[in-house]
Amino acid sequence: MKYLTNVVTLELIPERCTGCGRCLEVCPREVFGKNGKTVRIVDRDRCIECGACMMNCSFNAIRVTAGVGCAAAVINGLIKGGEPGCGCGGNDKSCC
Amino acid sequence: MSECCENVELFDLRAVNTPAWVTGFVDTASGRVPVVTAGWSRPDRLGRLKCRLFNSFRMNYTVEAGIYALGSPNGRSPVLVTANYKLSFDLLRRELAGFDAWIVVLDTRGINVWCAAGKGTFGTEELIRRIGSTHLSGIVEHRRIILPQLGAPGVQAHRVKQETDFSISYGPVYARDLPAYLASGCKATARMRRAQFSFKDRLELTPMEIVPAAKGFLIFLAAVFVVFGLQPEGILFRSVVQSGLPVALLGLAALLTGTFLTPLLLPWIPFRSFALKGFLLGELATAPLIFMAGSEALDDIHLILFSLVFFPAASSYLALQFTGSTTFTSISGVKKELKIALPLYVAAAAASLILLILYKLQEWGML
Repeated sequence: MKYLTNVVTLELIPERCTGCGRCLEVCPREVFGKNGKTVRIVDRDRCIECGACMMNCSFNAIRVTAGVGCAAAVINGLIKGGEPGCGCGGNDKSCC
Repeated sequence: MSECCENVELFDLRAVNTPAWVTGFVDTASGRVPVVTAGWSRPDRLGRLKCRLFNSFRMNYTVEAGIYALGSPNGRSPVLVTANYKLSFDLLRRELAGFDAWIVVLDTRGINVWCAAGKGTFGTEELIRRIGSTHLSGIVEHRRIILPQLGAPGVQAHRVKQETDFSISYGPVYARDLPAYLASGCKATARMRRAQFSFKDRLELTPMEIVPAAKGFLIFLAAVFVVFGLQPEGILFRSVVQSGLPVALLGLAALLTGTFLTPLLLPWIPFRSFALKGFLLGELATAPLIFMAGSEALDDIHLILFSLVFFPAASSYLALQFTGSTTFTSISGVKKELKIALPLYVAAAAASLILLILYKLQEWGML
């Protein structure tokens, strides 16, 4: 299943990529593929912006504005001001 | 209480009623560690069911963070890391039946791995702290820990390596693939790396959509009672039944299309936007009912227009809430949907209100 097209913020900086393949390991959506020695984005629209690739890239070759694709969390953020958040894991007991 | 001993002390204090899944204790370099069984007993099965039905239950369903022994692990046994949401812990130990392993439980405040990783509580800092507090380096001879792949958004593996010397292997997305993963020497196939979202997965998640919406539905019913019962001579039960009942049933239809049918039929409904999917299904479910009801029940053009606007919009809004339960939505996508949909919801709500007022004025002979 795929979500909206042309919206995600994922960026790969090829000059920094060493082809270690860690991003391929952590991505749950098969966004990346090996292109010879380095990695390339195979299907950008599959990205869910979870941020796993960016977090685990020790060469800072990936940039993405990570977050959770949850309407309740985004609406919560709009109402309360500030960042989207579903409140779970804090004192507030309503959840995603 | 020193951090290193917290789970040991806890179980000593509660020795009289240790949970059924703790079968004993083993002495290690980290002190006494609870031994857990892979098998589930009745409370575990009941707990899973209650997690899917009651939000207040699921938000407080935890196990103590720390280290646990599954089977009879030794210094060469694998170390698996999970969250302290008890259902996550239970699914992990169940899939590890027959294996000897160490399970390190992080304090994620009772939240599952994926959500906690998104918040950073299943994260680098907590993992580094927990590796230290459990004296893991004294318990195992190797320096490898296995994390669930869906924990990766919260963890910087290279920083954990720098600070603790433990290398992270990201295991499969699903615990059920762990036996194959461990048997192959920690090699995950492409299929094991993919997050899925089957019909059954979606079905299991729908009660958590229906139950909160049902609370809103009670308020809706109260409003229907007042709006349709209200007559110049007071609230009349007869007029509630006549027009209020069909409207209440339409509300129920909208609730079920938004919270149940749309999530379930997700891949087969046209459009990528959840708001559009919910609107389409809401219209398909309520429009025929509205016209079938005919002039007997919905006898007013304002009321018919109200129904055609309000119920699909409600279904759309409810369907949009399911974005948070899926495995394929992104925050940029959700923001884009909301940017377009929220003003439309406000407009639909305003139009609905005006149409209802017009309906009442007409009914009272004031138009």
